[in-house]
Amino acid sequence: MTEEEIIRPENLVYKKPTLLNDNPMHYCPGCSHGVVHKLVAEIIEEMGLEEKTVAISPVGCAVFAYNYIDVDWIEAAHGRAPAVATAVKRLWPDRLVFTYQGDGDLACIGTAESIHALNRGEHIAVIFINNAIYGMTGGQMAPTTLMGMKTSTCPYGRVADLHGYPLKFTEIAATLEGTCYVTRQSVHSVAAIRKAKKAIRKAFENSMQGKGASLVEIVSTCNAGWKLSPERANQWMEENMFKFYPLGDLKDTTAEK
Amino acid sequence: MKGNEAIAHAAIRCGCDGYFGYPITPQSEVLETLALEKPWETTGMVVLQAESELASINMVYGGGASGKRCMTSSSSPGVALMQEGIAYMAGAEIPGLIVNVQRGGPGLGTIQPSQSDYFQATRGGGNGDYNVIVLAPASVQEMADFVDLAFELAFKYRNPAMILSDGIIGQMMEKLVLPPFKPRRTEAQIQEECPWATNGRKKERQPNILTSLELDSAIMEKKNLHLQAKYKEIKEKEVRFETLMCEDAEYLIVAFGSAARIGLKVVEMCREEGIKAGLLRPITLWPFPSEEIARLGQRVKGILSFEINAGQMVEDILMATNGQTPVAHYGRMGGVVPTPDEVIRALKEKLIK
Repeated sequence: MTEEEIIRPENLVYKKPTLLNDNPMHYCPGCSHGVVHKLVAEIIEEMGLEEKTVAISPVGCAVFAYNYIDVDWIEAAHGRAPAVATAVKRLWPDRLVFTYQGDGDLACIGTAESIHALNRGEHIAVIFINNAIYGMTGGQMAPTTLMGMKTSTCPYGRVADLHGYPLKFTEIAATLEGTCYVTRQSVHSVAAIRKAKKAIRKAFENSMQGKGASLVEIVSTCNAGWKLSPERANQWMEENMFKFYPLGDLKDTTAEK
Repeated sequence: MKGNEAIAHAAIRCGCDGYFGYPITPQSEVLETLALEKPWETTGMVVLQAESELASINMVYGGGASGKRCMTSSSSPGVALMQEGIAYMAGAEIPGLIVNVQRGGPGLGTIQPSQSDYFQATRGGGNGDYNVIVLAPASVQEMADFVDLAFELAFKYRNPAMILSDGIIGQMMEKLVLPPFKPRRTEAQIQEECPWATNGRKKERQPNILTSLELDSAIMEKKNLHLQAKYKEIKEKEVRFETLMCEDAEYLIVAFGSAARIGLKVVEMCREEGIKAGLLRPITLWPFPSEEIARLGQRVKGILSFEINAGQMVEDILMATNGQTPVAHYGRMGGVVPTPDEVIRALKEKLIK
């Protein structure tokens, strides 16, 4: 096959989603954000919701998500994305409204907003990137930092009497009446990426169909914050993160409705 | 009806799309009245009791960002909690209405009325260089009238607007004429009037992104200069005030909101005693009627800033008069409402002598 033949449309097997623009990403090489961004852009396109999407970005590494996916974005104050999303969805019920938040934003400073928006059953999708560390500010302890894990604010490792315990927010979310779909995924392998895509798509469908609140946690790597190579970070995540944050669906009531 | 109830009825009537609030004395009647009226069944207005003032203001932020007319109401400690969201609204240029039915502070303070959030309201209150348009109603009628006015100003300038009321006006019952019904704007109207709003990107336009963040300091300074130019325009065009018996006055009382009602009585009683007093009532606290106060300041022997606080607006009067006129302050704190007699006594002691 010549190069010209390869790039003929009928021979293409993969292309970058149109909604993902060409702005150079600020994410570190090996970070999970880029993969999840691509999935989000793909799903919006596949669902034909380019003109119906309002996305809410957090404070944290994903604050600049609005620079990469060409839909309307509102940048929320730290932790308040679910409150922002609540209003947008209630005022524009036929729109796809989702938040994209990290562990510090969603499970620490914004715990109240997260729990109450989910518990009210707002018809929003919440994408929760859990990499157990504060990436944007340079690697401080997160609410989801594992016991023993070292960060710049627990440099000798997380210990319970000094720092308390890591928070399993997704398990809490699954107990709330307002959530219809709660799942924990990852994007460390091709198979995992496919599963994560299905999960995000389902959460978006739930928002459009008014089925209640959906939470998709993506257990993610922060190789820069963890001070590991991208490959080692994936391995470390599998060995340590998945033990404490096991992958899979925690709740799905959408089939019954 | 009560001032707080007037706010709720006016909101339904002026095409408000969403109210998001959290109960706090002395303004809970706003949310209670809306809950009783069920406007979601009539005009389609969304009413939601949020989990906190923090959530309320961020709902107003989100709703306003999507081009809808959204509001919240609270009282002093709750409005303190909202300052982060108000600063974000100012930074991202998101319109919306915040009603503060003030009570005494600091901290949890008291549930009794006060005007001690003047600084918080007129100086921005949150972080950064910004201003909020502040309207100060002095009657139940104005509580109703200012809702639509605040929304109009907020959307005209893409800026948060505040109604700075207090527990007296909020709880007081008066007759009023409710504003006429104005329908909520349609989706097409919102898209035409608010091309900047984030409610779904149409193919023919670029994505709308509403954020207060910019890491490039040169661009961030430009953004700030744009905001400052906007504030200058608001200062030039939107100053509102009312004067009473000022033209021959030798002493000027400046008072806003509920204090202006007491001020009215003070002027009457002074005139009976032969003291030529006049009243200037700022209706917009920001922008402040500095020019008119400076003009009157040239002609009077002294200005008394009468506020139900420790002396906050007096600083704006001092700046307006720039040392050209004797200026004094009288006020009470902690929820104590001054009587006209004590104001006159203060006027005599501090300015007439």
